[in-house]
Amino acid sequence: MTTIERQDKPTSSLIKLGRIAFSVLVLVGVLFVLWVGFIFLRDSNASQGIIAIIAIVWGVGGIALLFWVADWVVNRTSTATAKRLQPFIFVGPALIILAWYLFIPTVRSLYLSFFDAQSKNFVGLANYVFAFTDSKMRESFTNNLLWLVIGTGGAVGFGLIIALLTDRVKMEKVFKSIIFMPMAISFVGAGVIWRFIYSYKPAGEDQIGLLNAIVTFFGGEPQAWFTMPFWNNIFLIAILVWLQTGYAMVIISSALKGVPSTIIEAGRIDGAGEFRIIRSIIIPFIAPTLVTVSTTIIIITLKIFDIVFTMTNGNYGTEVIASMQYKQMFRFYHYGRGSAIAIVLVLAVIPVMWYNLHQFSKREGF
Amino acid sequence: MTSLARKRQNRWNVVVNIVLIVLVIVWSIPIIGLLISSVRPQDDVLNTGWWTVFKGDGDFTLNNYRRVLGGRQATFTDAEGNVLRASGDNLSQAFINSFTVTVPSVIIPILIAAAAAFGFAWMVFPGRKLFFTIVVALLVVPLQIALIPILRDYMKIGLTGSYLGIWLAHTGFGLPLGIYLLYNYISTIPRDVFESAFLDGARPMVIFVRLVLPLSVPAIASLGIFQFLWVWNDLLVALVFLGGTSDVAVLTQRLANMVGSRGQDWHLLTAGAFVVMIVPILVFFFLQRYFVQGLMAGSVKG
Repeated sequence: MTTIERQDKPTSSLIKLGRIAFSVLVLVGVLFVLWVGFIFLRDSNASQGIIAIIAIVWGVGGIALLFWVADWVVNRTSTATAKRLQPFIFVGPALIILAWYLFIPTVRSLYLSFFDAQSKNFVGLANYVFAFTDSKMRESFTNNLLWLVIGTGGAVGFGLIIALLTDRVKMEKVFKSIIFMPMAISFVGAGVIWRFIYSYKPAGEDQIGLLNAIVTFFGGEPQAWFTMPFWNNIFLIAILVWLQTGYAMVIISSALKGVPSTIIEAGRIDGAGEFRIIRSIIIPFIAPTLVTVSTTIIIITLKIFDIVFTMTNGNYGTEVIASMQYKQMFRFYHYGRGSAIAIVLVLAVIPVMWYNLHQFSKREGF
Repeated sequence: MTSLARKRQNRWNVVVNIVLIVLVIVWSIPIIGLLISSVRPQDDVLNTGWWTVFKGDGDFTLNNYRRVLGGRQATFTDAEGNVLRASGDNLSQAFINSFTVTVPSVIIPILIAAAAAFGFAWMVFPGRKLFFTIVVALLVVPLQIALIPILRDYMKIGLTGSYLGIWLAHTGFGLPLGIYLLYNYISTIPRDVFESAFLDGARPMVIFVRLVLPLSVPAIASLGIFQFLWVWNDLLVALVFLGGTSDVAVLTQRLANMVGSRGQDWHLLTAGAFVVMIVPILVFFFLQRYFVQGLMAGSVKG
C-alpha cells in the first residue's frame, strides 16, 4: 500500500470506520491464534519432540508475526499517524519487556525490602540490619571478598602468565584453545567435574578423587576437602579460576598483540632482560585491559551462585551472598530479607559495572 | 645474533614450552578424567581411580550413558551379558527441554533487540534519548533482583513452569545487552545505505528486514552465541521459573538434582555432566571465532 494511493482515494468516515474495524479484527485474530497455541502447548500430551518443535515455531513465529501485524495495522492509518507510531513498533516491544522484567522489579524489590516475610507489615530497615549483622550473612560477605580477591587474582594472574607465554611459541593456537575450553562448560557441569576431583574415601581405601590420590601418593592422609573450614572456600574458588582463566587469557592475549614491537626491540637493544621488558613495557601498556578483565571477573565473583549451590549448598562455612538470597526467597520464603539481600547485591555490583561499561564504550564496537 | 645469544634464546623457548605444556595438562586433566570415567563400568569407577586405565586394565562401556539418557526404565547389558533394568535419569528428555528453552530464548531477544536498536539508531521519536539511557542503565542491574517480583506475576497469570515464561524471562534479562551491542553496530552502518531505500519509498519494516538484519549478521552471530551459552548453561533462571522437578526441567537442573540424589554414583554423574557439556563444547570447536567475539561482547552482562 503506497502513500499516493491513499491520498487519491476519497475516504468517507464509514469506510474509515470499516478499515479500523478490520485492522482491529486482524489484530484480535492473530492474538487469538497465538493464545490457542499457548493453551495447546500447556495442555497437550503429544510426544516431547513434537511439543518442542511446535513450541519453538510458535514462540519464534509468534514474535515475528506480532511485529508484522503491528506494522501492517500502523500502515493502514493515515500517513501522519503512521509516521508517529512507526518508531514504537520497533522500540515498543523491547521497552514493555524491559519495564516488566527489570525496571519495575527493581523498584518493587526495593519496596518489598522494607516489609516482613509475607510483605504485609512495614518493618523499616530490619531486613537490612539482618543483611549486615546476621552471622550467616557476615560469613557470606567474608567469603565473597575471598572469591573476589583470590578468584579474580587467580584467573587474571594465570591468564596473564599464559598469554605472555603463548605469545612466544609456535603452538599458540592449540595451547590457547585448551585453556579456553572450560569457558564453554556450565558452572553445574564444572561442579560435577570438580566434586569428582575432590571426592574422598577413608584412609586405606583406593582413592578415586584425583586430589586425595595425589596426597596419599606422597604419603599424606586423605582429606574431606569440603568440610575443611576456610580451605573449602579456596577449593571452590579454584573451580572459578579454572573456568575463567581462559577468558582473561584471550582478552589479554589480544591486547599483547597491540604492543608495538618497536618499543620492545628498543628495550632489548638497551639491554633489558625479558622480565624487565614485561614489567616495564608490556604491563603498563596493557594495564587498561587488565583492569577491564578484572572488573568483569569481579562482577562474576560477586554474583557467584551455581558453584556454591551445587558443590556445598552453602554448608560448612561456604555461604555467599547470592546463595543466601536464594535460600531466603525459596527455602524460607522470607521475601523481605530476600529482596533486601538482592538490593545489597545490586549496590555492590553497580559501581564495578558502571566502571566496566565506561571502559567498554571506549573500545571500538566489537 | 651471536651464537651465545641464540643458545640462550633456544633454552628459553624450551623452558617456555615445558611450562605451557604443564599448564595445559593441568587445565585439561579435569575434562579428561570426566570423559574416561563416564565410559568405565560402575565397579571400576567406584573402586579405582580413572588414571588406572593407562596401565591397560579395565573395560569400557556405554552403559552409563544408556542409564542417564534413558527414561524410567533404562535397559542395558552388564559385563557378564545379563540384561538389566534400572531407573534412568531421563537426560534425553531434559536435552529436548534444553533445546526447547534455548532456541527461542536466543532468537526472540535478538529479534526484539535488533528492532529496538534500529529504532534507537535511525528513527526520531519523543523520549528517544531518555529511553536509551534507561536501557543502558538496566545493564548494571543483576537479574537476581527481578526473581521475586516476576515469580509473583507468573503465579498470578499461570506462567510458572511454562516455556513461554522462561523464554520471556531470558528475553527480558538478555535485552539490555542485546540492544546495547546491536545499537553500537547498527548505528555505524553508513547513512547512504538507508537513504536511497527511504527515497524509494520503502517502509521501515522492509528496510529493517531487507537491509539492517542482513548487514548485522556478524554482530547477531556473536550475540547469539553468547546468549546461547548463557541460556544453555543457566541454572538459576531455570530453577526459579521452571520449577525443580517438573517434566520441563532442563539439563542443568537435572544434573543438579542428580548431584543431590546420586552424590556418589560417579559413573552416572560423569556421564550426565558430559551430556550437559557436549553441545557448548561442539559450538566452541566449530564456531570458535564467533565464540570468542561473543564472550568478549557479552562481558558486560549484568
